[in-house]
Amino acid sequence: MNELLHVENLRKFFVTSRGTVKAVQDVSFAIHPGETFGLVGESGSGKSTVAYMVMGMYRPSGGRILFKGKDITVPHSRRPLSLKKDLQIVFQDPGSSLNPRRSVWEILELPLLVHRMVDRGKVKERVEELLSMVELPPDYAEKYPRALGGGEKQMVAIARALSTEPSLLVLDEPTSALDVSIQAKIINTLVRIQQERNLGYLFITHDLSLMRNIAHRVAIMYLGRIMELAPSQVFFERPLHPYTQMLLSSIPVVSEEEEKLKPGKIVSTGEIPSPVNLPPGCPFHPRCHRAQRLCREKEPGMVEVEEGHFVRCLLYTG
Amino acid sequence: MMQDMLLDVQDLVVHFQVYGGYLRVLDGVQLRVRRQEKVGLVGETGCGKTTTMKTVMGILPQPPGVIKGGKILFQGKDVLSMRPHELENLRRRGISMIFQDPTAALNPVFTVGEQLKDAIRYALGRRDHGSLKEVALSALQAVALPDPSRILESYPIQLSGGMRQRVCIALALACPKELLIADEPGTSLDVTIQDQILRLINRLAEERKMAVILISHSLGVIRGWTERVYVMYAGTIVEEAKTSELFSRPLHPYTKALMGCVPKLTGEGIAEGIPGRIPDYFDPPSGCRFHPRCAYRMEVCQLEKPRLFEVESEHRVACFLFGRKKDE
Amino acid sequence: MRRTKIGRWWYKFSQNPLSVAGLVIVILVVFCAVFASWVAPYPEHAGPYVNYNEANHPPSLSHPFGTDVFGRDVLSRVIFAFRSSLLMGVVVLAMVVPVGVTLGLLAGYFKESWIDILIMRITDIFLSVPPLILALAITSVLKPNLTNAMIAVSVMWWPWYTRLVYGMATSLRNEYFVQSAELIGASKFHILFREILPNCVSTILTKMTLDMGWVILIGAALSFVGLGEQPPKPALGTMVADGAKYLPEYWWISVFPGLAIMLIVLGFNLLGDGIGDLFSLEEA
Repeated sequence: MNELLHVENLRKFFVTSRGTVKAVQDVSFAIHPGETFGLVGESGSGKSTVAYMVMGMYRPSGGRILFKGKDITVPHSRRPLSLKKDLQIVFQDPGSSLNPRRSVWEILELPLLVHRMVDRGKVKERVEELLSMVELPPDYAEKYPRALGGGEKQMVAIARALSTEPSLLVLDEPTSALDVSIQAKIINTLVRIQQERNLGYLFITHDLSLMRNIAHRVAIMYLGRIMELAPSQVFFERPLHPYTQMLLSSIPVVSEEEEKLKPGKIVSTGEIPSPVNLPPGCPFHPRCHRAQRLCREKEPGMVEVEEGHFVRCLLYTG
Repeated sequence: MMQDMLLDVQDLVVHFQVYGGYLRVLDGVQLRVRRQEKVGLVGETGCGKTTTMKTVMGILPQPPGVIKGGKILFQGKDVLSMRPHELENLRRRGISMIFQDPTAALNPVFTVGEQLKDAIRYALGRRDHGSLKEVALSALQAVALPDPSRILESYPIQLSGGMRQRVCIALALACPKELLIADEPGTSLDVTIQDQILRLINRLAEERKMAVILISHSLGVIRGWTERVYVMYAGTIVEEAKTSELFSRPLHPYTKALMGCVPKLTGEGIAEGIPGRIPDYFDPPSGCRFHPRCAYRMEVCQLEKPRLFEVESEHRVACFLFGRKKDE
Repeated sequence: MRRTKIGRWWYKFSQNPLSVAGLVIVILVVFCAVFASWVAPYPEHAGPYVNYNEANHPPSLSHPFGTDVFGRDVLSRVIFAFRSSLLMGVVVLAMVVPVGVTLGLLAGYFKESWIDILIMRITDIFLSVPPLILALAITSVLKPNLTNAMIAVSVMWWPWYTRLVYGMATSLRNEYFVQSAELIGASKFHILFREILPNCVSTILTKMTLDMGWVILIGAALSFVGLGEQPPKPALGTMVADGAKYLPEYWWISVFPGLAIMLIVLGFNLLGDGIGDLFSLEEA
């Protein structure tokens, strides 16, 4: 079982003046080389928090994170340099992930120097190789981020993340702020590079249609818990959890054939509750179109309904 | 046909004055909206959608904006030659706009009630505090906000994103309007909430017999909520059609490329994207602004700018694949 | 028409005529200071010169600013006095900025650690003492001369830069590009000086420009009470003090140096505003 990343019962609580925010609870999954694992959910679902814990930006309140078999559940300041080389992240907002006062050259050079990827003399060559990997012309090295479009900035961020030749890349909504034609280019580039280098991706987005085209396995989160986890095709063609069904029925699509693939229209009502005052029982029951009395009292556990297909819902607990 | 043309934008040309010259942003935009019609305007970032709408509302900052040509007829009267008090009247009774980011559109130091009453006072000219509050409450009820009296007392920061967007809609429609311009409504919100907002706008449009211009960069949103669509690229309208027609038979190479880029639920993969970048408005391409990126470009495309050729009733394309200058 | 980077800056800068006015004033003052020997009509009056026949003459064609009690041409002395004023500004800032900025970066980045507490409490202490009192206290302990005045002003000026940079560093350290650098494994030195500092530079430069005026003003206040540049070297504050006894009869001896101080401060203020506008609009 060659797992790149293994996350077990991960938990994160934030103590605030308004109460304890249970941002992430009981999250477990694994990612293999060459696989894209998708984490999907709305705001407050905790998907970014999971990513930040994997990267060591947040300290988990409970659970374990294993990378290539080794326990890495420590903050990133205590992680060895070799780990930082092997595990990288691309953030959502390209505008703020590149230092506006540093040129593309300086931005790409940093990881190469920190991890001594190349000799000093070969840095220029390597930077140009990185730029061509993301299909940017070599003269972009002289430019500053403000001269670049959103998509180009994100390409630089991706090139920077890949410059240390990591095994796993975490991508937190990498294309959410971008236009669809630019997103297409970036996604295709990411897929190509993944195939060339057998990389694992932890891909986070709220865009279900995008997830359908990039992920091998998908997990959907709601208020800190994974509600359903399945291989991509199964997830989209046979969604079992009412929340998955509700989300899938609301997404805008562009063709008739896609309409036919959507579950019947479930009108969502009400607001997404805040993770501070979680209702008892199943967290989704206030908005659930199939809620029963038991759902208000008992919290469902994760159940494997068929091979590789997990659901957290009392309808399937038997 | 001409009588029920609520808004008629003809050949709008807008430039922005910058160091060393001009940004030639809008290059002859044409757009028409009939009474009670739901029209979509789709285009990517930087194509000029917001600039067009700001000019229509008369809120384009001039300078640096410069209107170089064209007409904007609203109910027959040219907005561009309106005097300030006529423009104010236009915004009171004629057109209203809701913006993409509801948080930025609301003043954080005033309660919802104070802002709403301001809007009502401005629109209707009422002074009596009692009836102002009633109108405000009914405005909040009209946008399906639960517990309106509590919302009146709340500050925007206390409300969720979806509720703030509803408050913005209530502000915009405090007084009946003929036309609502919705600029990327719900884009910053979750998809289920966005769905609710679009549903609300649709219902209000029907109830109040209002026309809507829905601006979005999301083709899916356009398809679900409009009757007729304009596709915009680099300051020009490149295609215009009934919504169902556009999605079943897109004609312009840009429209087709854009459709290909949208991730589909069928999981068939995403097209490669469109080569090149959006043009530099300081020195835009000659002729058709899309030609440097077009897979079907011909010689004429860089020499002349194609006008909107009528391919069938209500389906027009600005592309030389579908017409020549000499055709009338 | 070619579009150059400098051209773009000038285009933005010149949108505000006041900024341009500030720039002109500053250039004028600097020019006078540097080329004082050539610009001043009576350069020798800036030294030990006495001619009681010419004393206390009102403004005239030969002496546009009049003469003082020793018969010295006030205009020439004002022009030479620009030197000590500008010198004070430049030297003080040269000492204060590196120290204040570095401390601010350290305290801000390591917020809520002992480094932060130590640095900021010391800063608070210095800021709580009324500035002029502190400067007076220091200069009266040391010998009164220009060098010691500069030291005194420096001692009370550095905390402003620390505060300024502290605020910026605190918010910048949460930016994704800083976190990216940390996640890559960059050294703390790199993060402080190559990631965070460059984003503070525009604000620091703006403040430095505005500060030139204020440091010069404080310097004039110190020399007004006799704690700055000593006679016979001309200093604006001293000239105002010397002429104060003769007000209102021989008004020109105080008023013109006073106006000169005002002009310098105004010039740097307007220029500083203009630079601030230039940087803030650049981000747009």
